This record gives sequence, structure tokens and C-alpha cells, in this order.
Amino acid sequence: MGDPFVRFQEVQKSYDGETLVVKNLNLDIANGEFLTMLGPSGSGKTTCLMMLAGFETPTHGKIVLDGAPLNDVPPHKRDIGMVFQNYALFPHMTVAENLAFPLKVRKMGKAEIEERVQRALDMVQLGPFGGRRPMQLSGGQQQRVAVARALVFDPKLVLMDEPLGALDKQLREQMQFEIKHIHDNLGITVVYVTHDQSEALTMSNRIAVFNDGIIQQLAPPADLYERPDNAFVAQFIGENNKLTGKVTAADGDRCSVELDSGEKVTALSISHGGVGQKTMLSIRPERVMIGDDVKDCDVHVDARVQELIYLGDHIRTRLTVCGRDDFVVKIPNSTDRAGLVPGNEISLGWRTRDCRALDMPDNL
Amino acid sequence: MQNSAADAIVTADGKPLKVSLAKALRRQRMFALALVAPLFIFVAISFIIPIADMLFRSVENGIVEEILPQTVKALESWDETSGELPDEAVYAAMVADLKVARKERTNTKVGQRLNYERSGMSSLFRGAGRKASRIKEPPYKEQLIKTDKDWGKVVTWQVIKQFSPNLTPGYYLAAVDAMQTPEGDIRFEDSEKAIHTKLFIRTMIMSVVITLMTLLLGFPIAYLIATQPAKIGNLLIILVLLPFWTSLLVRTTSWIALLQQQGVINDILVFVGIISEDGRLAMIHNATGSVIAMTHILLPFMVLPLYSVMKTVPPTYMRAATSLGAHPWPAFWKVYFPNTVPGIGAGAILVFILAIGYYITPELVGGTSGTFISNRIAFHIQNSLNWGLAAALGAVLLAIVLVFYLLYDKIVGIDNMKLG
Repeated sequence: MGDPFVRFQEVQKSYDGETLVVKNLNLDIANGEFLTMLGPSGSGKTTCLMMLAGFETPTHGKIVLDGAPLNDVPPHKRDIGMVFQNYALFPHMTVAENLAFPLKVRKMGKAEIEERVQRALDMVQLGPFGGRRPMQLSGGQQQRVAVARALVFDPKLVLMDEPLGALDKQLREQMQFEIKHIHDNLGITVVYVTHDQSEALTMSNRIAVFNDGIIQQLAPPADLYERPDNAFVAQFIGENNKLTGKVTAADGDRCSVELDSGEKVTALSISHGGVGQKTMLSIRPERVMIGDDVKDCDVHVDARVQELIYLGDHIRTRLTVCGRDDFVVKIPNSTDRAGLVPGNEISLGWRTRDCRALDMPDNL
Repeated sequence: MQNSAADAIVTADGKPLKVSLAKALRRQRMFALALVAPLFIFVAISFIIPIADMLFRSVENGIVEEILPQTVKALESWDETSGELPDEAVYAAMVADLKVARKERTNTKVGQRLNYERSGMSSLFRGAGRKASRIKEPPYKEQLIKTDKDWGKVVTWQVIKQFSPNLTPGYYLAAVDAMQTPEGDIRFEDSEKAIHTKLFIRTMIMSVVITLMTLLLGFPIAYLIATQPAKIGNLLIILVLLPFWTSLLVRTTSWIALLQQQGVINDILVFVGIISEDGRLAMIHNATGSVIAMTHILLPFMVLPLYSVMKTVPPTYMRAATSLGAHPWPAFWKVYFPNTVPGIGAGAILVFILAIGYYITPELVGGTSGTFISNRIAFHIQNSLNWGLAAALGAVLLAIVLVFYLLYDKIVGIDNMKLG
């Protein structure tokens, strides 16, 4: 991999001169990559996107696109396509006129404009809808027009700011695949902003998890879920069982933790503060074993079944483990469920490599 | 097919569905009517009836027949185009009518009415009341002509005959500076004497100028307010509305203080040396004064609809346009501006209609070159007491406004208008 296609270099942003919305951002995006900025609202992800698009100026630092610094380039000269949250389709123009807009301002010939517009419409399966007004289309169709418009002028980079937020669940999932396929087919670079983790996991090559103006972790979806670097990522991505305790010994990549309830367990050392510090252990619900599988586990604990929620393919079981009653285990429906009755005492366990000792978040 | 199917549908008790539905809706409708009734009655009494009455006055002309019934009847057989005076019977009828009129003191009224059509009629009838009562026996014709030689002019009788019917187009003709000759032709006044046409044209031109001025000044303000954060935007809106809390008279007269020849602006210009002491600008009591003061007074009516429409145009439109490669200026004209057209339409039609009928401000600051047709209407209502002509002028004004409204509907489309 040569020079990165997009580079954020020590970028900081403040609106009021008192607090930093984006704190020292360094981020490289490769050509052709689908990178998602994921985070709760107010985490600075949209601000980063707006700085890239040129609608906000960094307070400090540099943004480079394709080798050229962007700081002094006005938005209309950046050649970046953007899909907005509410599509921002121009209501006084037809769909075809909307798509022709970026081509007209680039002074393209009439024949070429027509050809490109039709190709873009076909790409999003809206071939016959060119003459309609955006308001006459459904939400999903408007969404596709917005994507087509952001792509029709072959921009260097496409930004998407929570583009699927206004759609219902089913349509959203369908559009996720469509956008993903367009990305794969065209090989363009996409920077995508969302607060929906499943959307991020589905579509991205890499995900940058934002919180508090900092990238908490930048990793491919599988790494992010299976190997969270810190407590925030572990809790923000997917479901997470947390146990709190104190680090009593650390040796290489393993450490011993004495839980608040008194049990002693071994875990992977990831981001705890060292011996004597508080730590949060993270275990994914599907990595917890019950029944016969428990004998393969490194750690065994007693648990009391609190609640069973039948979800068809699996049964979500809430248990009290080591003094916490929000411990969740996902049990596949095929398993023999004998003994899984609220109030019963059962034994469960997990492997040390699935238990990560992370930093102690403030809110625990 | 569908209709017969619908007719066949009945409710559980066997009544047709439509009947049951109408019954169910009747209560709602009565309630809605009851809510509207007080306002409707108020509007009917205070607005619709007076306007209908005024509009009727513009064609109503019962006074001549009422006061001179015998004369009107006698004149029926007279051919006004013959160029000869009416015969003895007409004069006899006139003398009889005048005697009655004198007793009831109505002879001046009919004189005043006919004076609108031909000056001199007022004094003719005022004198005739007394003089006619002395004429006791025939020949009436000679004796009446002796009292005033105007009775011996064909045109006097032509005017009386022309305005003896109960309804007359005379006021409308006068409103557009035309009159009907005794021969029945319509003759327009010479253009320098055509005061009403001139005033109508001036009113329209000045209203258009005022509308354009408010648009020119109001558009940037509305844009600024709409794009500010809510807190600052609300403050700015209050500033726009602030003039409404001040009396219209105060606002208008303060323009006099500012614009008059010894006023603030002239003083400053002289002080700075831009104009000389002798070259003080005449900015008030003329058309300039009217335009300036009315632009100021009507500005909020342009800003508010513009603002409310601009508020609904998402700022992302401009962002989208620039991200698609448009320079901010074409982005504004091609994307933002077309979306504000409903607001411009609403503001323009509001300001134009208010301006075309404006009265107080042009009265105070308009002088002779800056008065509107409404000032002329007020003159006829208050001073000349020619209510018929005032009503006709008002009706013509109303017609002009309606024409503009229809034109607007044709060009912009009234559905495109948005007041909020």
C-alpha cells in the first residue's frame, strides 16, 4: 500500500474555542476502501466528515486527498460526492435534472450528460424514473437517486452521512447491500458515517469507532467485534457481558483478576491499568458455554437463571453471575435446554482467550 | 356498476349507508357552523353589506327620477338628438316638480347630483327652486327660460334625460375619465385632463416599484434570519416586527422629519458637502417620499412570508449543490432561489395589494405627485361627497387587483404561494 488516499493529520476541531469536538485525529484511508465512522451522537464523526467535505474547517491539522492538501480548497472544487442524511434532492428539479446538475456545472456536452444520467439511473435500477420529481418517489427510491447523484460525476471520493437513517428496517438492510455492491463494482473510496453498528459491520472494510472526539479503535469489523481494544468499543459494538474486578497479577498476555464478588479468574491482558487497578472483563454472550461444553472451559462459575427469552433461532438467557444479574448467554435452539428454568442454579464457563481484561469505564 | 353497488350498501338497521353517513356527519357540520357563525355574522354586517352597498352606489341613480318624476316622464317623448328644446309639457312638468322639490328642499340635491355631470347644474337648480315657485301659469317654457337662460340650452335637458334612468354607467365612465355624449357615444377626456387614469397608472407603477423595493431589501434580511441559529433568528424577527408596535402615523411622520428639505438627511448631506445649501433634495411630499415611506412600512409583509418559506428550505440543499461542484453563486440561483419562489410570490402579492389601496402614508407624504387613487377616493367620500364616483373608483381598483391576482395565478400559480 503506497501513500494513503485520504489522510487526516493531527486534525482538531473546536466550535466554541473551549472544547474540542475532534481531538487530534490521525486517520489514513486507502484507495478503494469502504471506511465507516461509527460512534454515538456527539462523538465527532459527522464533524470529521464535514471537514472532509469542506463544510467545516479544521481548527488545526491537515487533511490530504490524493496527495493534495484540502485545507484551502472550497467544497465545490474538492470533487467529493456526498449523500446527505435527508438526501437533499432538489425538489424543483426532476430526478434526471438532479443527476444532470453536477454534470451541467462541469459544462459537459448535452449528449454525454444524457448518457451518464441514464447510466447512473440504470445503476440504481431507476431507469424509467428520470422524469419524476423526487417527491413522487418513495423513501428508498429517493435514497437511490441521492446515491446515483453523488456518483454520476465520478468523484474521487464519496461521503455518506447516515444515508439510511430515514428508511425502515427492511429497506435499510436491502440498501446496505446495494450500496455495498455499488462500492464493490465501481471500486470507489467511500467514507460512511453511521451510529448503527450493524450497518457498519455489514458494509465496511474498516470501521473507525469514535467517542469523545477520539478514534477508540480502527479495525476491520471482525476484529472490532472479537477483539475490542477497550471498554468503550466492547460495549458499543454488539452485546457484551461485563464483570468488574481488580488485577492481582499480570504475566505476559495473561492476567489474574479478583472479581468484586471474590472469584478469581484469568483473562487476556488488553488495556487494564496494571496490577492493583480496577478492570472490566468482557466476554461475548455467544462465547459462554453451558452444559456438557463447560468441561472444555478454562474458567468455571456458578450461575442462577433469571429469565429466558425465546428468539426462535436462539434463546437469550439472563443469569446472575458473580454478583451481576445482567449476564447474558445466547443458547442455540438445538441444545438440550433441560435445567434452563428461571431460578435454577447451573454451571457455566468460558475460555481464557475469550475473556478480555479492559480498562475500567467511568460509568461502572 | 360502482354506483349501483354503492347504493346497495346498507347499514345494520337497513338504511342506505349514505343516509346514515350524512346523519352522522350532520352533527359535526352543525358544530362547525356554530363555531363560524359569530364571525360570519360580524363580517356580513361590517364588511360584506357595506361593500355591497358601496358597489351598488356606483351604478345607482334613483335621485333624478325621485325628485323630478313628472319631468322624467315628460322627457321620455323628447328626442334628445334632434337639437331642439323640449316642448311646453316638459317645462310645465319641470316647474311642477321644482315647486314640490322646493317645499321638500330637495332641489339642491338633484342639482348637486347633476353637477357631477355638468358644472353649473348645481346653481341652476338652487336658483330655480325659488324662481319656479313664482311661475303660476303657462307658458312655462318662456318664463322658465327667462329665470335662467340655461333652461333654454338643449344640453341642460340632455343631461337631465341622460341621467334620469335608475341605473347609470356614468360613474364608471367618470372613473376612467370618459363620458357619454347626449348622442350615446363614449368620449374620453384629453390625456392631460384624464386625472383618474393618470392616478390609476401611477398607483400601479408605484405599487410595483414599492413591491420590488421590499423584495430587494427584504430578501437578504429574510435569508439572514432564516440561516441564523434560532436564538439570533428570533431576535431578528422581533426587530422586523418592532415597527408594528409603533403607530403608523408616527412612522410616517418620522419620515417627514428625516426627509424634508430642512430635515436630518438633507442637513447631513449639506454638512458633509455632497450637496450645496441651495441644492437640498426634495425627498418628501412627492413620489419619492411615498415610495420610501411605504417601502419601509410594508417591508415586514415581504420579510415574513419569505422568512417562513426560507425556513423550510434545508441548508443541506446549498451544501449538496456545492458538493456536486457548483460555485456558491450558481448554487444559490439554481438551487436555493427557486425554492424561495413561493415566498416571493406570497410576499409580492401581499405587499402589492396592500400598496395599491394604501391611503394614510401617501396622504401625508405624497404631496401632489405621490398620491394614490385611494386618496382620490377619500376625497370624493369626504370632500366632494360624490359617493357614486368614489364607489366606482373603488370598484375599478378592486377589478385591477383581481386582474393582477389572476395574472399571478396564471404565471406563478396561486397554489405555489406559501404564507407559512
